[in-house]
Amino acid sequence: MHRNEARPLSPHLTIWKWGPHMLVSILHRVTGTGLAILGAGLFTWWLYAAAEGTEAYAAFTSWAMWKWSLIVWVGLTWALFQHTLSGLRHFVMDIGAGYELHTNKAWSLIVMVLAVLLTALLWYYILVWRVA
Amino acid sequence: MTMETPLAEARGPGAAHAGGHHWGVERATSVATLALLVWLAVSLMRLPSLDQQMVSQWLRAPLAAVPMLLLIVAMFRHLRDGLIMVVEDYVHEEGNRLMCLLLINFAAVFVGALALFSVLRMAFGEAPRTP
Repeated sequence: MHRNEARPLSPHLTIWKWGPHMLVSILHRVTGTGLAILGAGLFTWWLYAAAEGTEAYAAFTSWAMWKWSLIVWVGLTWALFQHTLSGLRHFVMDIGAGYELHTNKAWSLIVMVLAVLLTALLWYYILVWRVA
Repeated sequence: MTMETPLAEARGPGAAHAGGHHWGVERATSVATLALLVWLAVSLMRLPSLDQQMVSQWLRAPLAAVPMLLLIVAMFRHLRDGLIMVVEDYVHEEGNRLMCLLLINFAAVFVGALALFSVLRMAFGEAPRTP
């Protein structure tokens, strides 16, 4: 898009006071982008390795079980919960509901808290109940 | 205050006479991806282990391979549409934008095709190469 540099841009992002609705909105895109690149990439690596044979699969699992990879897995599961819950919020708004200021703020906060809670619960289950 | 646009105006809006389609596809693929991801999570938890033999054996079953193929199609369509929307909103320079869009399309098709091929390869049971 071409813009006449001589004309001023109206300030937008920088002048607003941040609220939960803004955070949940940009998080939807950030988590979506992360899942699209990292999530789908690892998913495909897993399938490719499984089809390729035991040696390729061992390379995948040795990376997947590496202690620092845990950060990636926890991050990806949080991103998936955040993106999914935020997506469900979009479905509610698609039918024209939830635009009132208080309702909108409440659901934005609920989505973010729930995503963190579900991630914690999942990893508590995996690390404490499955591994131990 | 009503926020809805009358249906007559929303159909075929603007000079492009399109726009609603992309919106609908994004929602349809999101529902499909969510449902199939739940299926995948439940299926993987029910497998006794997740080693190479088990996974490739599992994907030989039509009722495992077909949902997996559908998941790949829905998921890669959804992530391609999502990434394109992000680039369209934030990359303003015409040349950069075209390059980004082209890259996203090529990458999504290539990686998606790789995933599809891998599932088909296991489904049709080529003996895995073991050293």
